[in-house]
Amino acid sequence: MREAPILAVLFLCALASVFTTIGIVVVLSEEAVGFFRQVSIVEFLTERRWTPLFVEKHFGVLPLLSATFLIALLALAVAVPVGLGAAIYLSEYASARVRGVLKPALEVLAGIPTVVYGYFALTFIAPQILRPLGQETAFSALSAALAMSIMLLPLVSSLSEDAMRAVPASLREAGYALGSSRLEVAVRVVLPAALSGVMAAVLLALARAVGETMIVTIAAGNIPNLSWNPLEAMQALPAYIVQVSLGDTPAGSLEYKTIFAVGLSLFACTLLLNVAAQWLLARFREVYE
Amino acid sequence: MAPGPLPGGVRVTAPILTQTPLGRRHVMRRRIAAAVAEALLRMAAMVGIAALVLLLTVVTRDGFHRLSWDFITSFPSRFPEQAGIRAALLGSIWVMALTTVIAVPLGIGAAIYLEEFAPRNWLTRIIETNINNLAGVPSIVYGLLGLALFVRAMELGRSILAGALTLALVVLPIIIVSGREGLRTVPPSIREAAMALGATRWQTVRHQVLPAALAPMMTGIILALSRAIGETAPLITIGALLFVPFDPRGPLDSFTVLPIQIFNWVSRPQPAFHEAAAAGIIVLLTVLLSMNAIAIAIRYWSERRRQW
Repeated sequence: MREAPILAVLFLCALASVFTTIGIVVVLSEEAVGFFRQVSIVEFLTERRWTPLFVEKHFGVLPLLSATFLIALLALAVAVPVGLGAAIYLSEYASARVRGVLKPALEVLAGIPTVVYGYFALTFIAPQILRPLGQETAFSALSAALAMSIMLLPLVSSLSEDAMRAVPASLREAGYALGSSRLEVAVRVVLPAALSGVMAAVLLALARAVGETMIVTIAAGNIPNLSWNPLEAMQALPAYIVQVSLGDTPAGSLEYKTIFAVGLSLFACTLLLNVAAQWLLARFREVYE
Repeated sequence: MAPGPLPGGVRVTAPILTQTPLGRRHVMRRRIAAAVAEALLRMAAMVGIAALVLLLTVVTRDGFHRLSWDFITSFPSRFPEQAGIRAALLGSIWVMALTTVIAVPLGIGAAIYLEEFAPRNWLTRIIETNINNLAGVPSIVYGLLGLALFVRAMELGRSILAGALTLALVVLPIIIVSGREGLRTVPPSIREAAMALGATRWQTVRHQVLPAALAPMMTGIILALSRAIGETAPLITIGALLFVPFDPRGPLDSFTVLPIQIFNWVSRPQPAFHEAAAAGIIVLLTVLLSMNAIAIAIRYWSERRRQW
């Protein structure tokens, strides 16, 4: 086999991705274990204050975690209905010509760097839209969430549209044959048939929102804040990692280890959401292929 | 007969419905509901476009007057009017060049293995599941990996090389997935024909499949790299600098990139720095849109030349 070496090289390329995952897990847990030797895991999960950079240190991840999910859920509350509506329109109503214009435009939106959305939130959404509604400082969870919802829109709509277009035409035709209107076919036939794909899209969007860093860093503020008021400034998990990275933290210090503990929490959340989404998508494929 | 659903959810739209007053009202109601719904759905589809237009308008309004040759060729400055993106632009070019050199061969190699050679067994399944999950890992987590592995353990420091290695890992899953999609556009008959003529599997891939799949793979690679150009968080995490008043000259130099420079200006309170940020965003988006245009052009050109 003169080609065995070539095959071996190609195989190693494929293995590189496995090593990446192993690397992530090892690095995060190694530093996080060091962190949890100094801070009890009970304090980490139940303490309500997060002040690792102050003299009086508290290590409760709850304020960061609640801010992360508050912002992510607010963003989804906008992006899911609008994205789903767009998907239904593109899949069930739009002519090929209209779709040919709308889809590439949405793809452009998906390709815009997140730092740009951060700029948009800080210089437009917050001062022009939210200040009149009662936001007091330049930063708020809602301003980050609104910018994030624009970022998530193409993700939700294109994945849901894929799921809806995979529904066989015969199901639609059966609906029309019974006298249903286009709306009734879309909402009562196509949407239920594509439901697992749509749910996977929502979970993937949630995972993306939870891990999104620059928007929350720029627009939500950097104050750990255990609050449900979306007009207040708060700090999300990834924003804390950025805050520490911007300073000069010596390797091995407790502050240095906190970002790995926070990173591990983030990784665990997104991994769970991604695995759930993959599972839904796999089920969905079984039905129609 | 009364209008409305019959047992089993069947709806009646026979002439009875349009000829009785009650039936006409029922049909009217359904038509109005359908029209309102269609208008709402069309609006939902337009929201994304409206947001895109608004975003571009705001950025252009804020930053267009700051664009000039001086802005491109000046170093950052304490004085917003004199600040430029020279070091950031050079840093981005350095990082992107190295990321491409690292990630593209690895990603294409993995795609070829998985699509053309991999046996259907548990190991292949693990690799595939793993790639799917990696694609969903937040980029800042890759930054933490890069910090511990490349910056500290391999002692590359906060260098261009450490940044490029980190970004290569971020885009690797995207390149693998789009590479496989590219290979899949080549029909099996091409492979079978080559093998029937006595070519080995590698000769088939090297001389028949790869040339045929080149264009769609290029499209995927360009889109993956355009993602890397806009990445900010992982590079901040590995410790890219915020203020670089010198030209980066080699892979071990410290650096900054365009999105980090923009972030730095955005996070300052002075509006004049926000204008510089907006001008930086215009440059960044111009680069990205040209890359997208090239990718679309390649896709169009290859679909026209395709022979099957």
